[in-house]
Amino acid sequence: MVAPVLIFAIGNESRGDDALGPMLLRKLDAWLNSGAWESELSPVEQFELIEDFQLQVEHVMDMQDRRLVLFIDAGMDTTAPYVFYRAQMSNEALLYSHALLPEALLKVYEQFYRQPSPDAFVLCIRGERFELGESPSPPAETHLAAALDFSGQLLLEAETTVWDRLCTQKSPGTAIRSAHEIR
Amino acid sequence: MSLSLETAANPENLRRVAIDPVSRVEGHGKVTILLDDKNRVHQVRLHIVEFRGFEKFIQGRPYWEVPVMVQRLCGICPVSHHLAASKALDAIVGAKHLTPTAEKNRRLMHYGQILQSHALHFFHLCSPDLLFGFDSEISKRNIVGIAEKYPETARRGILLRKFGQEVIRHTAGKRIHGTGAVPGGVNKSLSIAERDELLKDIYQMVAWSREAVHMVKELHHRNPELYNSFGAFRANYMSMVGFDGGLDLYHGHLRARDENGDILFDGVDYRDYTQLIEEEVKNWSYMKFPYLKSLGREKGWYRVGPMSRIQNCDFISTPLAEIERRAFIAYSGVMPMHAPLGYHWTRMIEMLHAAEMIKDLLHDDDITGSDLIVTGERGFEGVGVIEAPRGTLIHHYRVDENDLVTMCNLIVSTTHNNQAMNEAVRRVAQQYLHGHKITEGLLNHIEVAVRAFDPCLSCATHALGKMPLEVEVLDKAGERLSFLSRTGDGVLG
Repeated sequence: MVAPVLIFAIGNESRGDDALGPMLLRKLDAWLNSGAWESELSPVEQFELIEDFQLQVEHVMDMQDRRLVLFIDAGMDTTAPYVFYRAQMSNEALLYSHALLPEALLKVYEQFYRQPSPDAFVLCIRGERFELGESPSPPAETHLAAALDFSGQLLLEAETTVWDRLCTQKSPGTAIRSAHEIR
Repeated sequence: MSLSLETAANPENLRRVAIDPVSRVEGHGKVTILLDDKNRVHQVRLHIVEFRGFEKFIQGRPYWEVPVMVQRLCGICPVSHHLAASKALDAIVGAKHLTPTAEKNRRLMHYGQILQSHALHFFHLCSPDLLFGFDSEISKRNIVGIAEKYPETARRGILLRKFGQEVIRHTAGKRIHGTGAVPGGVNKSLSIAERDELLKDIYQMVAWSREAVHMVKELHHRNPELYNSFGAFRANYMSMVGFDGGLDLYHGHLRARDENGDILFDGVDYRDYTQLIEEEVKNWSYMKFPYLKSLGREKGWYRVGPMSRIQNCDFISTPLAEIERRAFIAYSGVMPMHAPLGYHWTRMIEMLHAAEMIKDLLHDDDITGSDLIVTGERGFEGVGVIEAPRGTLIHHYRVDENDLVTMCNLIVSTTHNNQAMNEAVRRVAQQYLHGHKITEGLLNHIEVAVRAFDPCLSCATHALGKMPLEVEVLDKAGERLSFLSRTGDGVLG
């Protein structure tokens, strides 16, 4: 039985604030398994927690049969301490690297399975520095604490309608433009 | 081999076009082109912001942590770093020969990495160019366009990639930050259940890999004028080959050939790489330019990666890939293939070889054995080399009496290919841009040449908004004529 809610953290722990996603995932994992979780269903029955360096095409297979997906990431220009929004599948999702945006992954999902993708949201925590070997910055630690409180609320009420209501902004969307368009 | 178009005679009088970043490659690469009033090309440079903090990141760490730590250098090929580091550190624990179970599990992990990396590159990063055309509608020239027009191709790419990741997960112990390889061997072997799970799908993976070779082979046969000449330049090439001369992506010795395919050196112990290779610094690039010392800076640069490996080895041990290698060699004729699009064909031959090797290893009883580690006389220096998906990867460490790393030197595949990629974009600029009005489609030709090498410019940092995109066209006085910017999450400015 697949857990209905997938929590997918993206980031590299050795690159400063890029670690925010995995760090939050670990904290959520500890909380879910601390005995504090009160529900008819155990955490394992409700949530699956996965982390990876970045999103790629095969991750659509992790999304299959889920009711909800939460992507946790770190962002450079994100409003502090975090933003939370629904990921809108993009017909114009831009792929400019080996990594995919959540919006592009949703599109790949629909192409792969020929069915609508699960409802997906992005929790993006503001980071400040992302260089190899750096530890998380003090501001990022503060943002992480706020994101932990917020994500706990998300897990307690893991319903699309509730998450829609908690969104702090609309999806920023993606744009398909040439990497070398001249105007 | 020439270095023309590297530096314009009078750059102050020329117009500059920048492609920044080059799309569908990992990390941050930028191409700048200097043009005169008649759009004649005078200078082309591929700039790569290489991260040279690797070595410092590792120094001072206990050596046994290194195989895990180095995976964080790169989110694209963490397994390659994991295995190269483990090979280097085998010497520190005195492991001269691994147990059969240890070596075969490491190889299995490596072939899983080759399979998934090559599948991703071909099916999702390059097939949009090859199947739609280099100057096709940009809104379709991506993975989503492939999924719409060629759903089966996209589906196979995903499933091949997923299978390779599963091989890695089972051999490394987990999806990321795996601990499978350790100095002296491995810390786990494949379980019977894991083996049986992989066996269920491996025959399909071999079949699909074979069809992928045929797909790209057909593209070459259908349009030889394009595929044989696009960005073509003559170059030396180098790779590791097995001790028997066969294709071996995990272990062997170094061999290099000149542009005519004649042997430059062979049977060289890779621990002596510093006697072979020197790295040149150029003031316009952060990335160094390696060259073979014996030939000097001007003539000593070389290519690595699939096209080098397939043409450098004497044979491939797995039957289906060997048939395809022979077909590629026959197609190339008496001279080696030098056209960058040949990378795609050879990459698929390697993917087929990896799938066949995985099949064979899954049928080998040693893969589930229990003799995992060997040790011997403690050493203080080790060099590990593997043929990573993109080419030769060198890890070199020194360790002190306290088990701490005191020196680390890495030469990654993309660094080996630095000059070669620059040459490719210069050829394409000469062939397609010179004298023409610059369009998006024409500039994508430049990117197609870069992508053929599958450069990993690396870093797993991908934070939203982290990678900006800037395009600018300047007039000859240096004034900006036009500008476009976009943040990583797509906001245009």
